[in-house]
Amino acid sequence: MARSMEELVVQVVSELNPSLAEPVPIDRGGEAVLYGRNGVLDSIALVSLVVALEQLIDEEYGVTVALADERAVSQSSSPFRTVGTLAAYAESRVQEAKRS
Amino acid sequence: MSPCVTLITGASKGLGYRLAEHYLAQGNQVIGVSRGAGAIQHERYAHFEADVADEAAVLQLFKVIRSTWGSLDHLINNAGIASMNHAVLTPMSAVRRILATNVEGLFLFSREAAKLMRARGGRIVNLTSVAVPLKLEGEAIYAASKAAVISLTEVLARELAPLRITVNALGPGPIATDLVRGVPEKKLNEILARQAVKRMTEPKDVMHAVDFFLSADSEMITGQTLFLGGV
Repeated sequence: MARSMEELVVQVVSELNPSLAEPVPIDRGGEAVLYGRNGVLDSIALVSLVVALEQLIDEEYGVTVALADERAVSQSSSPFRTVGTLAAYAESRVQEAKRS
Repeated sequence: MSPCVTLITGASKGLGYRLAEHYLAQGNQVIGVSRGAGAIQHERYAHFEADVADEAAVLQLFKVIRSTWGSLDHLINNAGIASMNHAVLTPMSAVRRILATNVEGLFLFSREAAKLMRARGGRIVNLTSVAVPLKLEGEAIYAASKAAVISLTEVLARELAPLRITVNALGPGPIATDLVRGVPEKKLNEILARQAVKRMTEPKDVMHAVDFFLSADSEMITGQTLFLGGV
């Protein structure tokens, strides 16, 4: 049984945390803020997170997706804002890729 | 030590083919991409058929590179097309085709290469053209696409510098390849007359400059465009 998308996001954030000056409060689960206001990731850390998640999605689900979005750096509606929004967004991209 | 992995777009003929041969001779693992079949048989050469602007195909290609070679050291964005025509006589289909290959494809390969290079840094070299500084008549869209390449080079250099990836552009003069086959001799001579060194660019001139950009010692060389022939 494949793990849920949120579990995958939590895994990549946990692996990224040791390299961050201030770790993502991953114990807050889906609510943990990643990027934007009150987020601890800078744009390069966000790049690392997104790339690691793309690779994990590929390994876990066998689906190749690019998690690129026009609202990536938007302060309010970015899909990269929290663990929960990132998981939901990545899930939607995986479903899209499976349909096409 | 495993060989450097060098990815070259537009590798089935012309300059891309010569670059592939050149980096094979230097001991690199070379991966070529083009819309048609590859023309090189070598134990360190792998060829993929793909349209460089087809996102799904390109993602698949990078997936194979990651699973087979694990990383990428060099990307040479060489694939490019032109369509010589007066602006008034240029169909929108040609405009879209040129921008898709020369700009969208180059961006897509750079984006995906950066993901693979981020672990240990890398080198991206983009092919632009003297058509930009010479403002060549009859090449409006081609020149605009190559101006976009310079702009992308300069911005990507800044965005990718924290990942230890350098991004530079090289602008050769006319080279005897398919790209200039349709250009009348009179027009070619006019272009050469505007260069300081008034001869056609040879592949070896390009390789010399690409070697410089790819060198491990070139970590401070980024965001630059080098035109050949003294333009």
